Amino acid sequence: MAETHSLQDMRQQAAVAAKVFIQRDYTNGTMCQFQTKFPSELETKIDKQQFEETIRTLNNLYAEAEKLGSQSFIEGCLACLTAYTVFLCMETHYEKVLKKIAKYIQEQNDKIYAPRGLLLTDPIERGLRVIEITIYEDRSFTR
Amino acid sequence: MSQIQHAVPGGPGRYNQICTRSSSCSSAAAPGTEPPPCTGHCSRTPRKKWQVFPGRNRFYCDGRIMMARQTGVFYLTLVLILLTSGLFFTFDCPYLASHLSPAIPAVGAVLFVFVMGMLFRASFSDPGVLPRATPDEAADLERQIDSTGCSKPPPRTREVLINGQTVKLKYCFTCKIFRPPRASHCSLCDNCVERFDHHCPWVGNCVGRRNYRFFYLFILSLSFLTIFIFAFVVTHVVLRSNRTGFLTTLKDSPARYPLEVQSSICAIMDCQGQRVSDISTLLSCNIRPDVEKEILSIFTPVCTILEVVVCFFSVWSIVGLSGFHTYLISSNQTTNEDIKGTWSKKGGKDNHNPYSYGSALTNCCSALCGPLPPSLIDRRGLIQADTPQTVSQSNGTGSSSYTSTQLHTHMCDQDQCIQSTKFVLQAAATPLLHSDPIVLAPLPAKTPTPGGPCSYLAPTQPSLPSCAGDVMTLRDATVDSHCHHHLHLHHLHHHHFASPEETPCSTPQGALSCPAHMHLQHPPPPLPHPPVLYNPVTQDALHEDSVRGLVKLSSV
Repeated sequence: MAETHSLQDMRQQAAVAAKVFIQRDYTNGTMCQFQTKFPSELETKIDKQQFEETIRTLNNLYAEAEKLGSQSFIEGCLACLTAYTVFLCMETHYEKVLKKIAKYIQEQNDKIYAPRGLLLTDPIERGLRVIEITIYEDRSFTR
Repeated sequence: MSQIQHAVPGGPGRYNQICTRSSSCSSAAAPGTEPPPCTGHCSRTPRKKWQVFPGRNRFYCDGRIMMARQTGVFYLTLVLILLTSGLFFTFDCPYLASHLSPAIPAVGAVLFVFVMGMLFRASFSDPGVLPRATPDEAADLERQIDSTGCSKPPPRTREVLINGQTVKLKYCFTCKIFRPPRASHCSLCDNCVERFDHHCPWVGNCVGRRNYRFFYLFILSLSFLTIFIFAFVVTHVVLRSNRTGFLTTLKDSPARYPLEVQSSICAIMDCQGQRVSDISTLLSCNIRPDVEKEILSIFTPVCTILEVVVCFFSVWSIVGLSGFHTYLISSNQTTNEDIKGTWSKKGGKDNHNPYSYGSALTNCCSALCGPLPPSLIDRRGLIQADTPQTVSQSNGTGSSSYTSTQLHTHMCDQDQCIQSTKFVLQAAATPLLHSDPIVLAPLPAKTPTPGGPCSYLAPTQPSLPSCAGDVMTLRDATVDSHCHHHLHLHHLHHHHFASPEETPCSTPQGALSCPAHMHLQHPPPPLPHPPVLYNPVTQDALHEDSVRGLVKLSSV
């Protein structure tokens, strides 16, 4: 309990300076892809290559989730034959990849973004519309 | 790497306090606020997201089942299918099984189970609803729209190039997003639905990206089932009429089966003499022990005729519909696009469907066997205090705000509305300049609204950063307190009630008696209270607008 309390205190101390939204890229259809354009707000915060690398990895993961391959075909056929009851006891390929994405974002946040005062939000929490990047203000400016 | 480190002012370690756990503090904009404690009838258990879902949907089984609000026709579908299949299985199947093949009831049962399974999947699942924009996201979009336009209000559309085809994305004033390609707003459910096909009252749900395959498999299997039942009912009648003559068969056919199974055809021939259509005569006969079966036999011609009629009429429509959807699937179109003629070749020569994979087979595979996308609305997730709720307040330029203005003309001076909505817009457009949430506390004093904030608005200020969550709760509380029906009455979008003062119980007394207000009864901080220049009605309107402004600002 005390731990969560201090965590909340910490969060209170970190003031949100801005939020950057990376929009979807529809060039290749309705597949879930995000724009790799580097937002100017992040210029002082993070290296361009590093940012693009993150987005590209995310895009690849989403592409893997929505890929029309033999695996998804077999899964789809199997599900159809069992009147989709099979998904009661197994999770879809998409869900597996989403877990992978959540893990990746967590990892990136821990390693790269949080030390720089940034925080990526998993797009699934925003309905896969945007990648939300929260920019935290340096404490020295606010207090 | 070292270069990157230098780019960070203060170096690493300074931001150690940022929690990276995505679930608990995905949006750290609201610093550590617990869900506001509810008083009175509010449940003590944490609420789930479906309970505050902004669309017009019904949820059952703790949010597992999601349907449209009007479900009457869905029950009709259910009754029709159950009735026809029930009659078939009780009256026709035993005869057919014993005279033709036991495979007939088996195949029928498999088809029936599949049909029901698909119907329930199509009806009860999320069709692919896009969650509404968070206040931050909406503000960011507003800023982008404002920056692109010049003097006139900029067009709220965005053009994207998809596989060489220009597609216009429209802004959705309710959901505060640019609708993704192929998405459309369902007016009945008040949601944007991905790959919107149509709203189907028969399945009682929208048909969209997530349930289209279930819908298609439902109508396809249903058309097989109807043909199957129709064919075998006719076979049954024909087989019997070969023995007894058509009219008598119609009259007493399927109900004779128990006798047949038990004894022999002779038994039927025997009782033929006693068969009468008058129920009283029949009862008075009373010569056989199975009188109930006799009574039943009077109704069976009706059953047979009913089965045949239902099947006959539904065959054409259902087979036609599944044919149409087969065509749509093979060309990777939605009903919505087909009706609107979005990709018709008539107008422009270079108008092709950019979503098609080229071959009909690939299109079918992608629609039926492609990966099943996840639900984007986490219906059964718990509401967290800092989870950004979609408090959709009217943004002053949209049609939605226009309707809200119209509705409130009795309490809102037009000029005041325009002025305050302008303020809201400005607040939205301000690119997140004032970062420290504490700066926001004295903000109502800064607002250009001449009437000044009402005193009972003040308690919301200390919890400003969590305002989004609070207002959400307020809305729930008002919905709970039987203000609910007003939503239907006015056919309003939810966001018109986003601020509690807009709800029908919006008089100061009503607001104070609202349970949600109870937890906000901190002593109000001293505020400069300007002399009252306006009558209470105008002030009410002002209050409402400033609440709206606050909501917007809390997102900034």
